[in-house]
Amino acid sequence: MKTAAFDYVRAGSTAEALAGLGNGRDARILAGGQSLVPIMALRLATPEVLIDITRCPELNTHGAHEGVLTVGAAVTDGVLERDPEVRATHPLLVRTLSLIAHPEIRARGTLCGSLAHADPAAELPALLMATEGDVVVDGPAGVRHVPAVDFFPGPFTPALDEGEMIVAARLPTPGPGTGWAVEEISRRPGDFALAGVVCVVDLDGAGRCARAGIGLFGVASTPVRARAAEEVLMGEQPSHSVLDAAAAAAFDDIDVQGDEVHASAAYRRTAGRALVRMALGTAVRSASRGAA
Amino acid sequence: MSGGEVRVGVRVNGSREVGRAEPRTTLAEFLREELGLTGTHVGCEQGVCGACTVVLDGVAVRSCLVFAVQAEGCEVQTVEGLARDDGLHPLQQAFWDAQALQCGFCTPGFLMTALVALRERSDWDRAELRERLSGNLCRCTGYEPIVDAVLAAAEAVRNSGGEAAT
Repeated sequence: MKTAAFDYVRAGSTAEALAGLGNGRDARILAGGQSLVPIMALRLATPEVLIDITRCPELNTHGAHEGVLTVGAAVTDGVLERDPEVRATHPLLVRTLSLIAHPEIRARGTLCGSLAHADPAAELPALLMATEGDVVVDGPAGVRHVPAVDFFPGPFTPALDEGEMIVAARLPTPGPGTGWAVEEISRRPGDFALAGVVCVVDLDGAGRCARAGIGLFGVASTPVRARAAEEVLMGEQPSHSVLDAAAAAAFDDIDVQGDEVHASAAYRRTAGRALVRMALGTAVRSASRGAA
Repeated sequence: MSGGEVRVGVRVNGSREVGRAEPRTTLAEFLREELGLTGTHVGCEQGVCGACTVVLDGVAVRSCLVFAVQAEGCEVQTVEGLARDDGLHPLQQAFWDAQALQCGFCTPGFLMTALVALRERSDWDRAELRERLSGNLCRCTGYEPIVDAVLAAAEAVRNSGGEAAT
């Protein structure tokens, strides 16, 4: 239960961190360490070098500008959920953060670290997908923005090339007319979800669905968009029957993964449909209130 | 390879402490093995049980998921820092009075979590407090006496104007 030995580098800037990643050794970025340190303790990861980015000033900033909340790679969940500006501009994020583990974990865990860890059962990758955010990556080829939908190609596998690191995440904030909801089923508060959904819905002036983003977590080998459900909703008045049909279709194109220990695929699919239905109902109600 | 010892300086319970640690040494191990502060207990060593919870720069964290070297220059409060010259900290006294411990292994972690919870607010209702403390595991008490104790301590905080949560 002790990690393998490693060298520790405290980076003072993004440039220093990138230099550390580029020197040919097996190096990993250490931010909050709330996922990385447990997997190191279990010897599932044995990096030669850890590059601590928590004291890089430029990675410790966050702020909302023109409808996008940008969160630096060293910003903890705890800082975000306590910030009055974040609470006002992105209540969906604040609600989602509250579902992650416990306050003692969120005190150090980071939003960008969760994206880099890319756990298919984690909430934040699904949030980023549902809201069509992107990930700001820096590395040998320079800065690039990776859309959420392209960032999670496999389980625990972010779309980072050799020598690259996440420097920030960009999360579109819900507009005044955007309805949103996040729902999950877990055994106990703070546990990883057996199934979960984040959704955002915009209604047009006639009350028809103009945009729907539905991100699922805990059900497949990666976070996934429920495209079939979104297609059912688009252009429709969100009546009970339309929401029922969308929820029924939510898992049509999704390879649901179960396991013996936590929950079967059949359970996750059934529970997931119920969660999608609940979340859509909540989101549509809040969108209607915002539009009115 | 690597991973040789480095110097680590932290302020623990108000006093400056300097020791040496390999980078892989957790803050929990550093407190226990290097500084001899064995009040911080180590349970699961993967962030699940909460027994190792300490207060780091004012926030409750898992000291098994922080490397000691990361705490360089930081302020750490451990269970050893709770008792006062005139006896137990009000939170410790509340645990005593409510019989909120049996074997005592989880108690230091619960105390440090509860300390921060009481700094956050002192008007907890029972349901909210249960969830606030749910990151710490206890295998003896069934939790109810622990919740009783923290609620009693919260009342003491309200009556003392906050002094009991310091």
